[in-house]
Amino acid sequence: MSTPTATTGRTTARRGTLRALWPGRAGHGFVAAYVVLLIAFGVVPTCYAVYFAFTDGNARFTGLSNFSRAASDFRFVPAVEHVALYLVFWLAALVVLVVGLSLLLHRLSARGVSKALRFLYYIPGALAGAAGVLVWLFVLDPSVSPVSFLLRAMGFDTFGQVVAPGHLPILFALIAFWTGAGGWIVVMHGALNNIPHEVIEAARIDGAGAWQTARRIQIPMLRKWIVYMMILAFAGGTQLFVEPQLLAQASVGVAGRDYSLNQLSYDFAFQNNDVNTAAAISVELLLVGLVVAALFVARSGFFDAD
Amino acid sequence: MKVKFRAIGASATAHGRRRTGLLAIGALLALGAAACGTSTGKAGTSSTGGSFKPAAQTGGTLTVWVDSTRLAAAQLYQKQNPAVKMDIVTYDGDANGSNYLQTKVSLFNRTGSGWPDVVFSAENNEAAWAVPVGFTAPLNKGLIPQATLDGWATNANAPCTVDGTVYCLRNDLSQTVLWYNDKLMKQWGCQIPTTWEQYQALGQKVATEHPGYLVGVAGDTFAPEIYMWASKCGANQITGTKTVTVDTTSADCTKMAALLDTLIQNKTVSTSSVFSSDFDKNDADKILMMPGPSWYGGALFQSTFKTPAGQIGVAPMPQWSGDPSPSVGNVGGGTWLLSAHSKNLKAATDFLTWATTSDDYQGKLAPGYPAYAPAAKTWLAAQSASGYYADDITAPLTAAADQVWPGWGYGQFSQEAIWAATVSPGVTAGKTISSLLPAWHDSIVNYAKADGYQVASK
Repeated sequence: MSTPTATTGRTTARRGTLRALWPGRAGHGFVAAYVVLLIAFGVVPTCYAVYFAFTDGNARFTGLSNFSRAASDFRFVPAVEHVALYLVFWLAALVVLVVGLSLLLHRLSARGVSKALRFLYYIPGALAGAAGVLVWLFVLDPSVSPVSFLLRAMGFDTFGQVVAPGHLPILFALIAFWTGAGGWIVVMHGALNNIPHEVIEAARIDGAGAWQTARRIQIPMLRKWIVYMMILAFAGGTQLFVEPQLLAQASVGVAGRDYSLNQLSYDFAFQNNDVNTAAAISVELLLVGLVVAALFVARSGFFDAD
Repeated sequence: MKVKFRAIGASATAHGRRRTGLLAIGALLALGAAACGTSTGKAGTSSTGGSFKPAAQTGGTLTVWVDSTRLAAAQLYQKQNPAVKMDIVTYDGDANGSNYLQTKVSLFNRTGSGWPDVVFSAENNEAAWAVPVGFTAPLNKGLIPQATLDGWATNANAPCTVDGTVYCLRNDLSQTVLWYNDKLMKQWGCQIPTTWEQYQALGQKVATEHPGYLVGVAGDTFAPEIYMWASKCGANQITGTKTVTVDTTSADCTKMAALLDTLIQNKTVSTSSVFSSDFDKNDADKILMMPGPSWYGGALFQSTFKTPAGQIGVAPMPQWSGDPSPSVGNVGGGTWLLSAHSKNLKAATDFLTWATTSDDYQGKLAPGYPAYAPAAKTWLAAQSASGYYADDITAPLTAAADQVWPGWGYGQFSQEAIWAATVSPGVTAGKTISSLLPAWHDSIVNYAKADGYQVASK
């Protein structure tokens, strides 16, 4: 990508004029490449999906029939329940542990351990999603797991017992937290660094300890970041796919098949040759994500000035 | 899966508010972008396989998809026929319900190109979806002579046949037999059971006299194909292209379920998968008997469990006493498909015929019991000559090849996947198979309906 600040043959005077006419051109230049990708792989497919969701195989408008076909499928309601339960575990873990660990990390920052820890937290996030899940498939199999003593202590002797249906929401939340939380901890740490030093100092002079500083100063000032994290984590969570799909393959179908809504959408598209119903499910996920994001934004004063 | 975000180093400047706004909009857009990752492509372009019009025969490279086991076939063919330009691609063989092939073909159908010329699949129900989407070429309408097709074992190509037209060729048969450890049997003075009643009695004897030893394994996804199919349980009666009758509570089903429950409870039938790491570690050297498909000998005992030579024998599958018509089950047995879109039908057909019938591959190299009868003869002779087995395997395997119960069909939905998701977790949690039969029934009905089947259930 070329930036407008690159040295060219232009005269200083012309550059001055350009700067006056288009003051944000550097920023626009930086964002342009992203916008192109966003349109190609985000906006256009979204519109395509909406188009599919309201038409049938012969491109005739069908109203909401794709949506009702999806909703009446025997796998739909269980998938909604699975995803909802997973979201409860995953979002709760994310908010409590990410905020807690970031505060801890921030407190340690003076002692040099922080850098090492930040790196450590981030490592799992650097593994691509699928690779991260594969690591867990080994961890969860008592006969090959490095922590098999823990699994056996909990009464699990075989992989089949570990991946019993009731354990899945917790397992998926655990895997998602392990792969996804590190990045958020780094983000939160950055946000904590942005809290003006004077504010913290003032709190200390007023006699606030670590706990009170965190509760009354840092967490309230992190609120927008937490909301931001919730919006993205919620959208990501509703799209649960890789974890159950890989687990289904690893357990030869005992656990994880047809588990989430995205898997159901995938099944519709590729097993039942019904792209339109698949699109209807993805449009539903989009709507849920948007509505929840709007709720969070409205309730938290996300756009209010500080 | 998850929305990727970029860490944004925010700074408290005058632009704070505007940036937050942009950020939120960006987040919403990203969210929108991510929400529809699974649905792109054109509307369904399915055509029926009824009228086959070959593509323009322009020749060129022959693209062949095989799994790692069948790679040897493609490589040997290339070696023997260096003039044929081949592109050999290995993939997962569509095994264990991966649906890789179906997913790819559905994408190729949308883009209108990319189909491989010949594909091996480890599944034998591919015709159920591949014929409706027009992927497979009819083989008995001029491509392969009827005389060649007549060489296949009885009903071997039944899974490939739709309304009298053959759309794929069976690679191997997977008829079930009773595998047993000859050394232990002799040492303990046990008789090989010929009926399921004797089998159960022997299981109960082993439980008290030799605890820890196994007479069977029912922890795999294909357990219903070993036990329920052999017992003539009508859970999967495919009666037409899109009709199925599901009955899981007849005596044929409940008898077998009760037998398994008894033996699972006294721990002589394991609920681990024979391919699981814990089975290999704890149970592989404790097998007295194990009903299972013909490929257990090479794939399981010889290569996975490394059971020493001279111990493993084959006996006919036990039958219910008083049943005049012996029946066995069947676990898989791959198929070869020829693409209807091939621009190189001649070369593709030659390869397909060679891969399924040649003695050089099927008779001498293939790990499984060849579905093509003349090759099976060579294969059996080679197995006997290897000296691995304790006694003659030819008679029981050949007899079983013609006894696969035809009442269990090959539908589009995967019986293995349904059993795995419905029955296996229940058994792991300590429930009996008998108590899970109604749930199994409902699950089959649901999946059959989702694939557009008309279901008659009892």
